[in-house]
Amino acid sequence: MSVPVRIPTVLRTFTGGAAEVTVEPGTLSEVIAGLDAAYPGIAARILDDAGKLRRFINVYVGDTDVRLADGLQTQVPPGTSVSVIPAVAGG
Amino acid sequence: MTSTPMTSTATTPVFTPSRTVPPARVPSPSGARLGNASALACRECGATYQLGAQHACSECFGPLEVRYDLPPISRELIEAGPRNIWRYASLLPVPPEVAATPNTEPGCTPLVRADNLARVLGMRCLWVKDERPNPTHSFKDRVVAVALAAAVELGYRVLACPSTGNLANAVAAAAARAGIKSVVLVPANLEPQKILASAVYGCFLVKVDGGYDDVNRLASELADEHEDWAFVNVNVRPYYAEGSKTIGYEIAEDLGWRLPRQIVVPVASGAQLVKIDKAFGELASLGLVPDADVRVYGAQASGCAPVAAAFAAGDDVVQPVRPDTIAKSLAIGNPADGPYVLDVVRRTGGWVADAPDDEIVDSIRLLAATEGIFGETAVGVTLAVLRRLLAAGQLDPAAETVIINSGDGLKTLDAVAGALPLAAPIRPRLAEFARLRAGVNHDAGSAIA
Repeated sequence: MSVPVRIPTVLRTFTGGAAEVTVEPGTLSEVIAGLDAAYPGIAARILDDAGKLRRFINVYVGDTDVRLADGLQTQVPPGTSVSVIPAVAGG
Repeated sequence: MTSTPMTSTATTPVFTPSRTVPPARVPSPSGARLGNASALACRECGATYQLGAQHACSECFGPLEVRYDLPPISRELIEAGPRNIWRYASLLPVPPEVAATPNTEPGCTPLVRADNLARVLGMRCLWVKDERPNPTHSFKDRVVAVALAAAVELGYRVLACPSTGNLANAVAAAAARAGIKSVVLVPANLEPQKILASAVYGCFLVKVDGGYDDVNRLASELADEHEDWAFVNVNVRPYYAEGSKTIGYEIAEDLGWRLPRQIVVPVASGAQLVKIDKAFGELASLGLVPDADVRVYGAQASGCAPVAAAFAAGDDVVQPVRPDTIAKSLAIGNPADGPYVLDVVRRTGGWVADAPDDEIVDSIRLLAATEGIFGETAVGVTLAVLRRLLAAGQLDPAAETVIINSGDGLKTLDAVAGALPLAAPIRPRLAEFARLRAGVNHDAGSAIA
């Protein structure tokens, strides 16, 4: 079973406008690599030059912010959704 | 417009996305008239964009900020303006006729000289910028008014937000005033006062199981699905955030067009602190105030102190936390402007510190008892942190200082309820009153002994 990845508007130019795509499960790092294989260039928008998550991106695996889990090593089990979201101001 | 079901509890009236109001998709920026605003620029990589409905950089996800081409602006021009934030319209991304357009009219709140409190704290000169008189009793009316003006100009016809409460109140009220629909999403465990004070305006109110960060995530996903909804702090964020500058403008104007030496600002997402600093810088660069160094301090609750932790550790990346504090309006575990708070505070020689909940409650009571200002939990955080900074020698008691009271204590009554034991009722007899006053019946008499 694959994992669904929600794509924010700002990255949909890479996915042909698709709001959700699917990739193979694994660690988040592997999921992002899988994304980049299908949609070349998208990983460079999510990761900085050092290969870390850019600081104004929030990535959720299921309901968990990966920064509160194992970061890029967070496991993404089959069927668990991944969301990529720009940071939001306060409320 | 796509329609994603909302899986939460709605109050009446049930919101039905309007199909009668054009246009639908995100409006074109080409016709937008947003005053002296000239472009959006990424704060991270510097990429620039036309004014429009975009909040994150396409290149690096960095937040976008409004840039201006400012003509000469005089104190007289500002002073001749209305007694609300629109007197600073030339410094905001809003249409020229904004003051005549249906909107709320926040701002020009009092800067209260807090001599009693200063005496207690051993300070020479302390001011409280008191945001309670705003239309929905918090500073959020400022940012929402600017967001509404920009959003309408950009073609949006629905106002929305994720909120810890104050923003929901402000969005619901402003939308009602403008005659448009509103959608507000709040954590389900929010103070009942804040939920009711949004629902009363007829918004579509959605209670979400989880904390503010969970609500934020849902709002971000909704913003991607409903591109004709202006989520004020999501897809209209560059304009929205500019509204907080008006706090800084007003402080300077109220001080006779000069800046204080120190200011302590509560930090949730951090945008307010960053924008007050921006306002001070703009006024100085325009020659409206003498250039002065203002040390900027940030205040967080210990139960949600990711920026204070990063400051203490010397980091420039803010590690998210799971909030656990009574200061719900500051309970943002993943503060979007946290890195910029660190930049401002380090540049100005300030500090970011935190205080625990018991000190927050004590400070709410201290402000109320000394100055007659009943602020919400955020000011409890701010004052508690001020006291800690003073005790640690990190804030100068002799330097003129401003603290922000961002909202009204009537919205967060639960925070102080347990700390205010009230005497049992008495019968209407002089003797019973005398016994009570003598302390027979505990604390109530001590206040007037």
